[in-house]
Amino acid sequence: MAIGIRTVELRKVYNSAPPFAAGGMFPPRAAARDTKKGKQPKPEIVALNGISLEVRPGEIFGLLGPNGAGKSTTVGVLTTRVRPTSGEAWVGEHEVWRDQATVKRLIGVVPQRPNLDFSLTAAEILTFHGAYFGLSAKDRNERASHLLEKFKLTDRADQMVRGFSGGMMQRLSIARAMMHDPQILFLDEPSAGLDPQTRILLWELIREYNQAGKTILLTTHYMEEADALCDRLAIVDHGKIIALGTPAELKASIPGGYLLRLRFGKQPVELMNGLRGLIGVREVHAQDTTGADIYADRGGSLIPEIASLAIATGAELLDVHISEPSLENLFLHHTGRSLRD
Amino acid sequence: MNWKAFAALVARDAHVARRNALQLFLQTFLQPLLFVFIFGRVMVSSGYMPAVYKSLLLPGIMAISMVFTGVWAVAMPLIAEFQWTKEIEDRLLAPIENVYLAIEKVLFGMIQAIVAGVVVLPLGWLLLRPIDMGVHSPITFAVITILVAGFSACGGLALGCSMNQQHIGLMFSMVLTPMIFFGCTYYPWSALNAFPVLQKIVLINPLVYASEGLRASLVPGFPHLSMIAVLFALLFFDILLLAVGLRQFEKKAVS
Repeated sequence: MAIGIRTVELRKVYNSAPPFAAGGMFPPRAAARDTKKGKQPKPEIVALNGISLEVRPGEIFGLLGPNGAGKSTTVGVLTTRVRPTSGEAWVGEHEVWRDQATVKRLIGVVPQRPNLDFSLTAAEILTFHGAYFGLSAKDRNERASHLLEKFKLTDRADQMVRGFSGGMMQRLSIARAMMHDPQILFLDEPSAGLDPQTRILLWELIREYNQAGKTILLTTHYMEEADALCDRLAIVDHGKIIALGTPAELKASIPGGYLLRLRFGKQPVELMNGLRGLIGVREVHAQDTTGADIYADRGGSLIPEIASLAIATGAELLDVHISEPSLENLFLHHTGRSLRD
Repeated sequence: MNWKAFAALVARDAHVARRNALQLFLQTFLQPLLFVFIFGRVMVSSGYMPAVYKSLLLPGIMAISMVFTGVWAVAMPLIAEFQWTKEIEDRLLAPIENVYLAIEKVLFGMIQAIVAGVVVLPLGWLLLRPIDMGVHSPITFAVITILVAGFSACGGLALGCSMNQQHIGLMFSMVLTPMIFFGCTYYPWSALNAFPVLQKIVLINPLVYASEGLRASLVPGFPHLSMIAVLFALLFFDILLLAVGLRQFEKKAVS
């Protein structure tokens, strides 16, 4: 039976630099402020700031957000690797921090950066992993060769993994996570650094595993991946969930749907007011001193009107970028920043 | 407690140790045997050292081998596995409480330290015979050996979870080398009578009790610290280093 995940007001404050995969690039804001006063209190980095979410049994759930948003820390808490500062994290009936050994039995984890056991060969990595989870020698050998076959690693089975390419290590990490047939699979940025072909293979494997009744939680900062794979998504930024729903619902929540990013020679008030008055325009956000983001019901057909308006107000239209409804736009709408910023 | 998972963790370490057997063997025995050869054989046969020095030296060499092996066997893999790649994470995700992984590391380090100690004795004996030495009380000898292996492996855990890869050289020059030279390994503690302050200071070095304890048990004819003091001191260092090691391990294991 598939099991779900639940977190309640999860907070995590790091007192030292957080681990790389959990937002090591996070700006140490509090630290910079405190050291200026001459005191040296421990730097505090808020990685999670009250994350509450519920992942239903059997769904593919995505956490989407830029680097340092708190995705990996959320996964870390749910997989016993990070101790939450406050709040609760549940895997099925079990509170993660209190019931670690049971939770570990239910989950499989694919980390952001492969953490394969360099002292072992590819096949041994799988069979020892099976042994940690109590599989019999026969079961673990059978399962290991099945997974090596499936992940196209059979010819490398007896080689040490030190010399493996990034893609091979990633495939082996996923095979290892599936070795004990966990009820929930966590994948932290599974397709980072993979070539497009391998990415598609990976997506197929994830869907197939999900169809066997397993719950999947993945983090990504690729919109296409979230769009293609996830039943539901949470968009995370600065340790908070800023939007949650199915990809379609989330996209529908963007006013208008189309985003036009414009740049003018200058940005007079009449121009901005004029833009707001155009038919189909839902929202206008001024950007810097020369730009404007427009959310609208239509895209290209607005351009002639915008161009005339610009001429009429003496502001030359310099640059236009039109994008169709997408999660990227959604992120931009909620945060004012692009996902890749 | 999940015994199956624990056994699998031990099996993994044994497998890796078997794969590196030759390297481990050289690493463990080359240095002590060279020492035995030069000091016990060359210096004694040439008359620069009296023949009794052989019996005094061997228990100290056994102590060094055990401590060096125990610390190395636990600390080095931990330092590597907690680094950048975090390869220990797959074992931290095994369905068992994290603390048992640390205990498994200590247990496996102890086994290696005991093997190192027990093998260096006959090898030394071969090089040095005839030598006046014997196990007078097997139980005391076993207890001392286990306690020495214990503090070595626990010390390895504490060091391995407190140091970064770039500090390994420092660990050797700042921790292990002074420990060995001030560990009463090549001389009995009573030889420091002429240096009363130093004689007191070296008592913070657990290797002193290892050398003195093994000397008391193998060559009781030489002056040595009292057996009771040695046993208590070794037990104290075992518990202290285990507590520190487990705490450091937990800190490293969970962020």
